[in-house]
Amino acid sequence: MGIEQKAGDMGIVTTSLETVVNWSRTNAMWPLLFGLACCAIEMMGAQGSNYDLSRFGMEINRASPRQADLMIVAGRVSRKMAPVVRRLYDQMSDPKWVIAMGDCAACGGVFNNYAIVQGVDEIVPVDVYIAGCPPRPEALIDGIVQLHEKIKRMKLDGSLREPVRV
Amino acid sequence: MDNATVLEKLSTALPDALLGSQEFRGDLSVTIRSDAIIDVARFLRDDAQLRYHFLEQLCGVDYLGRTPRFEVVYHLLSHANHHRICLKVGLPERSPIVPSLTSLWATANYQEREAYDMFGIIFDGHPSLERILMPDDWQGHPLRKDVPLGGEEVAFTFNQERIYAQKPFAKE
Repeated sequence: MGIEQKAGDMGIVTTSLETVVNWSRTNAMWPLLFGLACCAIEMMGAQGSNYDLSRFGMEINRASPRQADLMIVAGRVSRKMAPVVRRLYDQMSDPKWVIAMGDCAACGGVFNNYAIVQGVDEIVPVDVYIAGCPPRPEALIDGIVQLHEKIKRMKLDGSLREPVRV
Repeated sequence: MDNATVLEKLSTALPDALLGSQEFRGDLSVTIRSDAIIDVARFLRDDAQLRYHFLEQLCGVDYLGRTPRFEVVYHLLSHANHHRICLKVGLPERSPIVPSLTSLWATANYQEREAYDMFGIIFDGHPSLERILMPDDWQGHPLRKDVPLGGEEVAFTFNQERIYAQKPFAKE
């Protein structure tokens, strides 16, 4: 809270730069438009009218990695697909975040075999893992809200503040 | 067209090529010497009565512990006669090499590449015998029976520290 409460309606808000930057990052997050398996169906469901992910400032998926800042890895990544996913991640501009959606992306899931990457954290750094096979849209929304909470703790140099324990 | 007629025509035309035949529930399968597969396939395809024009599928099999260890299985279909025949070629473990059928059927190209990718069976005369499913830098052939089943050890609370210490996590 700043001066506005004491001084009345002056059209001025005082806050820290960090808060404004993090607020703008969380409320205008553009996920990369791609899905790899059945989790992508749940991701589409989360973005549809029933669950309406745009309430959290994510109504638009970008088909170009240059315009996206969130990568939702929705599904299992095969070994042959792994370089492609990594390349998409490399093409995204900073700051960027990754959500591993579902068991397969988080740890390989039921596919403990030669063809599937055992967790997408082998190829890209993951910020939030979402459990489920596949996770329901509520779980995905919760994961995104968790990511928002994480971003709100970011300092301007990119490091994280300790979470406030209540 | 019945199985006996097909087998008789085949054994009359190419007696040296056949190693044995088997009939199971009305389906004929014939074991062929590996170096004769092109002659047999060409005969079955071009014979005026048999006319097996369609190579339905081609795959490799690994019978670990048996000699010959590998087998390549061809299923041919004659649309004219509504008849199928299965050709089997046994291949030794040391040098699993069989002549390619790409000169007879273009569809053999990808299927032979898959059999090469999964089993390491070499198709002699194939125009570009490269991996088709696995990444190019993959070591080994995953559908061989001596390849381990699991991708990696499963992490539980009692062993996760050891596993995560070895796991190649991405660093930014």
